[in-house]
Amino acid sequence: MPLAPAITDLEQLKEHPAIACLRAWNSAAVAGAKFDREEISIFIERSAIREACALLRDDPACPFNYLSDVTCVDWYPSEPRFEVIYHLLSIPKKERVRLKVRLGNDSPALESVTAVWPSANYFEREVFDLFGIHFTGHPYLRRIQMPENWEGHPLRKDYPVEGYR
Amino acid sequence: MAHLTSTPVLEPVQDRTMILNMGPQHPSTHGVLRVLLEIDGETVVRIMPDIGYLHTGIEKTCEAKFYQQVVPLTDRIDYLCPMTNNLCYALAVEKLLGLEIPPKAQWLRVLLNELTRINSHLVWLGTHAMDIGALTVFLYCFREREDILRLFEAVSGQRMMTSYFRIGGVALEPPLGFFERVREFANRFPSKVDEYENLLTGNPIWVMRTKGVARISAEDAIALGASGPTLRGSGVDIDLRRDMPYSGYENFKFKVPIAQEGDVFARYICRVQELRESIAIVQQTLDGMPEGPIKADAPKVVLPDREKMKTQMEALIYHFKIITEGFAVPAGEVYQAVESPRGEMGYYVVSDGTAKPYRVHMRSACLANLQLLPKMCEGRLIADVVAAIGSIDIVLGEIDR
Repeated sequence: MPLAPAITDLEQLKEHPAIACLRAWNSAAVAGAKFDREEISIFIERSAIREACALLRDDPACPFNYLSDVTCVDWYPSEPRFEVIYHLLSIPKKERVRLKVRLGNDSPALESVTAVWPSANYFEREVFDLFGIHFTGHPYLRRIQMPENWEGHPLRKDYPVEGYR
Repeated sequence: MAHLTSTPVLEPVQDRTMILNMGPQHPSTHGVLRVLLEIDGETVVRIMPDIGYLHTGIEKTCEAKFYQQVVPLTDRIDYLCPMTNNLCYALAVEKLLGLEIPPKAQWLRVLLNELTRINSHLVWLGTHAMDIGALTVFLYCFREREDILRLFEAVSGQRMMTSYFRIGGVALEPPLGFFERVREFANRFPSKVDEYENLLTGNPIWVMRTKGVARISAEDAIALGASGPTLRGSGVDIDLRRDMPYSGYENFKFKVPIAQEGDVFARYICRVQELRESIAIVQQTLDGMPEGPIKADAPKVVLPDREKMKTQMEALIYHFKIITEGFAVPAGEVYQAVESPRGEMGYYVVSDGTAKPYRVHMRSACLANLQLLPKMCEGRLIADVVAAIGSIDIVLGEIDR
């Protein structure tokens, strides 16, 4: 089966329940969307992420009530450098949606979603530990995998993979 | 990971409480989990898991490998269910490539995946029962586990780190007589599950140690990110095999065991029932195993057969190119989740169009499940902590990666 080209036009995707829900609330919060390989990604403005998550969780039409995962991708050296990625699952509707927030290189920070889902606690700590992204409002933002006194963030693309530290 | 010499992670809030350190080298923490407990007498006031002792940077390592070289790394993440990890990664890359997998390969994958689930649940049952004090069950479980490991060895050459699923299919045809051996095991196994249940389910000591212990409500379980039997033990009816089928699971009939109580006993019942359902799926795969190729028809991605490689020029060239240069994967990203024995195992693979993955992230079911521990244990006795850790079935290799 050949791959269908990705749809990146927001107008074509506005029927999707998550996009419709977010645009009805605040159309400025949705920076873009992509439908590729049967998966939907929505780009969210940095300042709106916590409220967007709370909205999607409580959306009566399609409640995305389960946070599967939080992770990050480093697109060094292009800017904006980081993409923080949230995978949401709707247990009643068996749907998935991916939220993305783009962050620049200088002191990347965004609001924590632990108030919406307590499960974000460890996921965000891991992103903080391995990528150095700060989550404001996180109850316990400390390193989780690496030792406390470690320097640097190993999953960043500019972290050296060989030689002495 | 908290540094042992730095300031303590947890400090006592009152004079009457003390801090107890459990692990990382403790027999009932299933690996190298360190748990810090603040206790008042024998009652747990606060509990804090401390992880990272097994962090090996697998996600970073993946970025330096070709796509097919990542498969053996996925075994090492969760060493109790290697095939599930192989499958999840292979499915993610196949989705990125847009590959179609022949039915026989899909059915073989389901067969081995369910054997892996039984294998993992047997280790869980044995060690969990041993933690709580029922030593005999461990020996019984490992007796059957040995049979499964021999089957794995027959099909892949390895007992634990199988790496049998490849991108585009499976590595080899199963050997002659393999399906008969699986059939023989599948016919025998349900009576063995009866044996385990005879030892535990009605056993008053077992029931007292597990019923009503480490209770968690459905709302809390969802909010804290639980999945798999840990979530189903709290009455949430979700199983990715049935609800979002992958690798041909829609062809099989099976029940999803649910329990309502949300305690250690409910999770135990869910997993034991899953053993029976898994063996039923194995029987179905044996009854309906389709004929045909075991690898996708994609010469640029799938290694050619040895025989063809030795006789056909083109196959030799493809073989050489795949080994030396890998294969380019179209740019994009995929999140593929499968139902591992522990819950939702997810692989998020990002491709930038080259032969090496730009980013591979594993969503670990255990990492999320571990977050339930404080909710389960606070206000209860220390002995219940051991039961609670066993009941969420953690594998530290998967948590730390």
